[in-house]
Order: sequence, then structure tokens, then C-alpha cells
Amino acid sequence: MRITLGKWSLLLGAAAVLALPLPSWAQLTEYDMQTRIGMESHIGNLAGHAKDAKGDYRRYCVGCHGELGDGNGENAPWVDPKPRNFQLGVFKCRSTPTGTLPTDEDLFDSIARGFDRSNMPQWSTFTKQQRADLVAWVKHFSPRWTGEKPGTPITIPPEPEVTAERIKAGRDVFARVQCWKCHGVLGQADGPSAATLTDDLGRVILPFNFAEGARPKCGDTDRDIYRIFMTGLDGTPMPSFADNIKPDEAWDLVFYLRTLMSQKSKEKEMAKQLALKPVDPNAPAGQQ
Amino acid sequence: MHVSSRSYLRKAFRSAISLFSLALVFSSIVLTCSQPAKALPAFARKYGLRCSACHESWPMLNYFGQKFKDNGYQLMNDRDAPIWQNPGYWPVVFRITPIWHRVSTGKVQIDTYTAGALDGGQAIQRISSSGFDLSGLDFHTGGTLEKNISFYLLPSSDSTGAFHFEQVFVRFDNIAHSPWLNFKLGRFELDNLLSEKRILTLTGNGGVYQTYHFIPFGDGNSFGQIGDNQLGIEYMGHSLNDRTRISASLVSSSDGNVGLTTTANAYTGFFTASQAFDTGKLGVQRVGFYAMAGEASTYYLTSGGGIPILGSGIGNKGFSREGFVGQFYLGPHVGLTVVTQHGADNVWFGQGYGNAEASDGNGGTTCTATPCPPNNVPGTPLPAGSQAPSWNGVTFEGHYIYSPQLIFITRYEAERMSQQANGNICGGVACPSNLGNISTYTIGFRYNPFMTSRAGLAWHNEYNWLHQDGTGPANLTTGALTNINTGEILMGLDFDF
Repeated sequence: MRITLGKWSLLLGAAAVLALPLPSWAQLTEYDMQTRIGMESHIGNLAGHAKDAKGDYRRYCVGCHGELGDGNGENAPWVDPKPRNFQLGVFKCRSTPTGTLPTDEDLFDSIARGFDRSNMPQWSTFTKQQRADLVAWVKHFSPRWTGEKPGTPITIPPEPEVTAERIKAGRDVFARVQCWKCHGVLGQADGPSAATLTDDLGRVILPFNFAEGARPKCGDTDRDIYRIFMTGLDGTPMPSFADNIKPDEAWDLVFYLRTLMSQKSKEKEMAKQLALKPVDPNAPAGQQ
Repeated sequence: MHVSSRSYLRKAFRSAISLFSLALVFSSIVLTCSQPAKALPAFARKYGLRCSACHESWPMLNYFGQKFKDNGYQLMNDRDAPIWQNPGYWPVVFRITPIWHRVSTGKVQIDTYTAGALDGGQAIQRISSSGFDLSGLDFHTGGTLEKNISFYLLPSSDSTGAFHFEQVFVRFDNIAHSPWLNFKLGRFELDNLLSEKRILTLTGNGGVYQTYHFIPFGDGNSFGQIGDNQLGIEYMGHSLNDRTRISASLVSSSDGNVGLTTTANAYTGFFTASQAFDTGKLGVQRVGFYAMAGEASTYYLTSGGGIPILGSGIGNKGFSREGFVGQFYLGPHVGLTVVTQHGADNVWFGQGYGNAEASDGNGGTTCTATPCPPNNVPGTPLPAGSQAPSWNGVTFEGHYIYSPQLIFITRYEAERMSQQANGNICGGVACPSNLGNISTYTIGFRYNPFMTSRAGLAWHNEYNWLHQDGTGPANLTTGALTNINTGEILMGLDFDF
């Protein structure tokens, strides 16, 4: 069949019409975010504005997190763990209960702290204003921030004095809530469930290895560790144990977890003096 | 409608279509070429960060990039050690710049001809030349040998392909887990906050900081070149967030030349300290100072009737350079860096002693035939009226950062003599107070059509103008000293891969 110029034009026109929705779909997404460009953050007396962070985001963040904050930057295929998808509004490091949005301070601290065992560096060179603006920018990617308020930060009681009894009690908690199933009895990330873990997006994820010397992603102070298992790491298999562990027991668990870490600590010294044995997965409840 | 006018319209329409098609094709090519390239600059590839994360505009570092460098090319996470890298990872980047430039040099003394033959006469005229050209080629390799042990190796060629080692060092970082304890050994750039090796301009005079290289007219001090890479050892310390930085280097006074040349038997110390301040929306401001104090030889042993013996430099004399550095930001788009300098050379340097090398004392070949530069052998009298030269200099470099992909650069430098060497420099009479003074300005912009973690490409445009008082050839009629004015315009594609 001989295709005339007119037919070619028709074909091209039809193709162009069919292709039109492709860019407009992306524009709609961007438009959607643009409606939240007035997003603000408040950290103490500091107010951050999303519109002021666009340049910094493009300079520092977009390579991994992507123009649309969907975690699909040009480097994402080569990065493991994958960059955060800000559009979901789900964050690991929070001071707020599981399932809730983090506070602005949580995001503010995360930017400066970075995430060990990931490609997210410590952006401690930013001014506080830059960080506050970036927090607002991160928030503008997700509609969650317009419909929900951040959760109320959990209460962390003052840290008690570490004792041998507390370390032993912490070991019992470690056994009772079955931390070992993922983290392993020695905290070496080799528990029976370790190989089966995936995050909310179905991607393989490894439990934290206490023994390899890395810093926990959400901070490495005792309060940070307390906060991690009491709030959970949303988006990952690490749940919140706020309903299973009492505040006093939580401190016991913190002390015991310190004994599993390779870094020097008084807890580690005390465990050595106690000749503390790892948990026995087969021991009856309460008989570690 | 008249037939001929219809034909004219048809032709015009066809022409318009052709032009439109050409424009479309050109746009397609431009857009296609603007897609992210797939090359992998070493550090960006290792950490998955865009060039702009560490560079204000490549190659100039921003604050985060400076911190990365100060940490020994590490982000201080568990990805620093090379064991984490894919075995195929090879941290090599090359950089070269094809350019077109036009250089115009005033006051060049030339031979004159009469009837096609040299007539023994001289004339002074301006020479302008232009053409396509190449920069030298750099092979940058750097990274970590192990966690907290970093290295850098930079074989570099001139535009003809003759290679030398521009930079080679091993650095022990964060000794005893302290960011305050870092030591480096090798050939490296001094810890200049305004780095000449990361300069954003490329012309002959605009591609260096005159303040870092200035020496008085006739001065023989082959060292004092702050901008050149030097051979030595460096201590460097910094706070965790890099707000506070200090460093001290001990380097051979050989201006980085290898092989224990005639000027090698002397050492120079270089010290810097700076503090940065968080000023809210304006950004991070940094102020600091640097000081260089050292000695260089003025007397070298000779053989064969006055030819210097390599490594025989003695008769050391002192010199110093010191100044302030400020890096200021007025928000995310405007930056200004200021460097001041007060320099002083020993009186012997002022009379031309010290340079045992044939031409410029700065990487030139060793003098192999007499007459060589003056030699301060014992008993040499100091010319009458000699005095230690001293001067002051300042560099202002401003940036307008439109975006990580487009930066406008402007620079003004002024070097002013405060005390002339006199003596023999001006034939036994007092030199004009402005002899050797330099004023230079540079403007330009660099546009990166793409910004990825894979490769770098900058469309570079620059103009430099330099004026120096009294260093041109003497006026052929009056014998008066003349000024030099040179200008250079340069356009090029600066790329790394």
C-alpha cells in the first residue's frame, strides 16, 4: 500500500496526540508538589521555607532522591540501600510513635547526622537555616504533611545507672521479644529470619549487625537506641516495641545491646566480668 | 494573486520549512548531547553524588567538598574503605580542554629588516595571535588505600604531551580517631583556602593567582610560590564539621622541583588557620590567615667554570609571605573570596641572587652554561643602595552562582611594591616606586550543560587583562622603562571523564 504524505501526517499527528499524556502526567505530579511549595518547618525559633531549599536540593540531593523526591535519582540504581522516597512520607528515624509523621526536628537531625551504612553522608556543613529549609522541602513532596500532623514524641525517662542486674534483665528482654530472630543471638544479623526480610516496598533488607562496629542509622547515643526500638523504623520490618517493653525494661535492653556492640563500653566490660552468655533461643520463657 | 508572487511565497515557505527543520535537527542534537553522560569521575562514582555536591562549580570546592577533602577523601561512613567498592572500580579521571584563544601582548621587542635582511635595528610593537589550541592533560587518581589512608596521584602533561608528576601524596587521616591529626607526605598543593589548583579560569595570566606568585622585578628568589605544588610534609587538623581548620607544612624550598636541585638545601614552613561562622540565610562565612616563612639558597658551588652543581645550594637567606583570607557568601548565589599578602625577600634575593636555574627559577632547567645568574660566593659585595624588597598584594574573586550549572566569575588582583630592591636592579639608581606593580582582572563564565555524578563538561569563556609597570623593553629612543599590557580571550570545552 502506498502511504501518502497526508497519511504520514495523520499517523504522526495521532502518535503525537497519544504521546501528549506522558509529559503531562509528570507535570501533574510536579504541579501537585508545587501546590505545597509554601511548606514550612519549625525547629525551635528557626523557620524553614521549602521555596528557599530548591537550589540546595538540586545541588546536593537530587542525584539520589530525584527531582520529584521519589528516590529515583540518577544514582538510585547504584545505591544500596535505596534512597528514601519522600513522596510516601514514611521515615525510619523518628521520635514519634510508629505510623506517625516525624517531627521537623527529627528530619533536621537526620540531615546533619547522615545514615551510616548508606550513601547518605553527614551534611553537617549546612547552616541551620539551610537544613531547616531542606526539611520544609522534603515535606513538600508528600501530601501526608498537609493532611496529618506529626506524632507526639515519645517520652524517654532519665537513663538509670547501669548495673549487672540490668544487663542480665536486658538479655531477658532481648530473648522475650525475640530480637534474636533477626539480629541473631550475638547481634550479628544472622538470626533465622534475617534472610527473609524485606521492606515495605518489597526490597531485601538486612537487620542491623551490632557486632561489626557500625553506627545505628538513627543515632548512637543510649537515648537514640532506646528511641529506635520504642518507635520502630517505619518502612522496614523493625517494629515498635512500645507496647511490649516497659520504659524501665527498655533501658535494660539498651544496656544489653551495648554488650553486643564491638565498640568499647562499660556495659561490655561488665558483661565480660559476668561471663554473660548469649540468649538461648530454646530456653523456656524467663529462664535465660 | 500574481503567479510570480505565489511562486515567491512558495519559495519563502519552503525556506521557512527548511530553516525550521534545521533548527529542529540542531535542537535535537543539542538536547541529545545534553543528556547525562556515562563516565564516572572517581569520587562521584564511588559515593553516588553529583559533582555539584562537592564543587561550587567544578573544579572549585564548596564547603562540603572541602570537608570531604579534609577527611581524606572520605565521607566518614562505612563506604570509605576500598574494600566496599566493586572490584572493577578504578578511580581515574582525565581532564583536558580544547580551546580557541587570542593572546595580545604589548611591547615586544623585535628585530627590524631592511631590504629583506637584518639591519641590526630593534623596534617595539604589539603581537597578537589567535588559534585553536589544547590545554595539558591531567590524569587524576585519588581515594583511599584503606580506611583513613588516602592518596592522590596526578600525572600531568603540558600541551605537547610531556609528562611530570604534578601531585603525589599519601595521607594518614584521623589518626587515633581524631580529625585533628592528619599527616600528608609527598608533592601537594599548600593548604590554600583559595586553591590555585582548583581555579575556575584558564588563561595564561588569569589561570594563576598573581598574588600567589608575585616576586619583585629582578628578584632571584626561586621560591615563595604559594600556588605551586610543593614537596614536603603537612600536618592538618579540623573540627568535625570543618568549621575550624589549621595546617602546618614543612616543604623543601625547591618550588616542588624534584631531583634535589640547586635550591633544595633549605626548608620553608607554611601555616594556615581559619574559622567558619554560620550566618543564617547568608551562608557560612570563613576568615583565616596564612603565613609562609623560609629560606632559600643564594650561593651554589660550581664546576666547569661556573656551572652550578646540583644540590649544592648554600648561603640561605630568608623570605616571608603572610596574609588574610576571607570567604564570604551573600546567600546561595553570591560569593566573594579575598586574599591579601604582605611579602618580603632578603636583600640578596632583591639583587637577583638565589636563582641557580637558567630561566625563571620556577621549574626552569638548571643553568648549564655561563653566564649563569649571579652567585653569592663568599666575599661578594652587596651593591650600593640595595634594600630588601617588600610588597603588598590583594586578590578579590567574586562568583555569581546562577545554578550549579552556571557560574559567572570575576577577579581583580593588585600587587604593589612598597620597597624596591634598588642596587643594581635599576642600574645603580633608585627604581621607580611602581616598578613591577601588577594589576589584572579576569571575567568569565562556565556553563555545564549537564550535572551528573558521571562526567563533567563545562563550556568555558574568559577574558583576562594584565598590566605590569616598567617591565617592558626600554623605550628605544628615551631608554625609559615601559609598561606591559597583555590581554587574552579564551573559549573552550573543559571536560573530565
